[in-house]
Amino acid sequence: MLRPRIIPCLLVHKGGLVKTRKFGSPKYVGDPINAVKIFNEKESDELMVVDIDAAVNKAEPNYGLIAKLAAECRMPLCYGGGITTAEQASRIIDLGVEKVSVSSAAIADPALLTRMAEAIGRQSVVAVLDVRKKSGLFSKGYELCTHNARTVHKVDPFAFARQLQEAGAGEIVVNSVDRDGEMAGYDIELARQMRAGLRVPLTILGGAGSLDDVGQLLGACGVIGAAAGSLFVFKGQYRAVLINYPTQQQKDDLCRAALRDRDQK
Amino acid sequence: MIRIVDYGVGNIQAFMTIFKRLGLDATRARTADELEGATRLVLPGVGAFDHAMTLLNQSGMRPRLEDMVLARQVPVIGICVGMQMLASGSDEGQLPGLDWVPGRVKALASHPQSKDLPMPHMGWNDIRIRPGEKLFTDFEPDPRFYFLHSYYFDAQDKDDVAATAEYGHHFDCIVSRGHIHGVQCHPEKSHHFGAQLLKNFAVL
Repeated sequence: MLRPRIIPCLLVHKGGLVKTRKFGSPKYVGDPINAVKIFNEKESDELMVVDIDAAVNKAEPNYGLIAKLAAECRMPLCYGGGITTAEQASRIIDLGVEKVSVSSAAIADPALLTRMAEAIGRQSVVAVLDVRKKSGLFSKGYELCTHNARTVHKVDPFAFARQLQEAGAGEIVVNSVDRDGEMAGYDIELARQMRAGLRVPLTILGGAGSLDDVGQLLGACGVIGAAAGSLFVFKGQYRAVLINYPTQQQKDDLCRAALRDRDQK
Repeated sequence: MIRIVDYGVGNIQAFMTIFKRLGLDATRARTADELEGATRLVLPGVGAFDHAMTLLNQSGMRPRLEDMVLARQVPVIGICVGMQMLASGSDEGQLPGLDWVPGRVKALASHPQSKDLPMPHMGWNDIRIRPGEKLFTDFEPDPRFYFLHSYYFDAQDKDDVAATAEYGHHFDCIVSRGHIHGVQCHPEKSHHFGAQLLKNFAVL
């Protein structure tokens, strides 16, 4: 049986790992390579690393860091941050990375995904969408953001995700801006609506504060990627930095229970 | 000595890293001469079938590879698209495959039981192994591997099938025909399950 993927998401900022809240107030949580080593030992399903400076600074991907991460990483690695061309994506794949994620560059030009899919195969092309609930008094629904949520795009995020899928994305990652770092649960409604509209694998990021939150997402959406930052780098209400990840047995129990509940509904 | 065939496609570095960690001597081969001396060959591959075949055909290594594998019987393992290249051909492209293991590469979505599932098939899946295969020596119960693909190898001779996985339908995910092996999943990224398989390949 194909299992849901439970994915630590690590953010790189000024060379270190950080964790943000609602895309702001980055807190230093450690060294990237050291974190990869710990997740190797814990045998995590996949690893997602995003350089949150690169797109904002319009910088080239940090190939030196990527090479080090890829050489160390014993699980599938998805890297994002600063990628704007298919050539850059190819170069990153050659360094030993399985998947390359793009966000703002693909939103500005969805054809980038097509070119990337031709160069590296669509199974390695990941589109990340930062989505948040509209905040106006009478507004409903969700909006799409880029550049660490400083830019808002006037498109329907669900239709846009489908457009990126058609363009060449082999996976869509939906990052919930208002849940980021809050550790109060995933935006299940957002996840459900995204899952219903897509036929590529989907990963949800933003909000998980416990394994129960992961279970709820799996119960609502079935076999899906459940990504989290805070959950896997903090311990306790004071957010002490402690890298953690469920054991194989915990994961199996969690997935089994969640998917059984789902089947019974 | 393990030689990883570096014809311009695939995650050579990931294999170098894992063999090094296992204490096994592995180097990349970029030319026919660099293939010489190999006691084991690894044929990686990612992306589109025709792209991978084109690059292998242009690499200048193919005739020597065929000599080593077919005439000199050097054990080889094809991984992901590298496994698909062992087939006679692929529905993903027009070019013929290496035809070392009879079979054809088909789209997972072409199967009625798989067509409505998300594609690509991405993530950790159980594999059902044929007992007694040397590739699976010392395997733990319930082995699981990381998959990332939309096409699969459909072996013509089911005696060549060493393991299957289920994604809508049961498909052939590992083939072993004598000294020629192919795995669709990614042992280099499948933690201790994958490390055990690569170790077994190195000593079988």
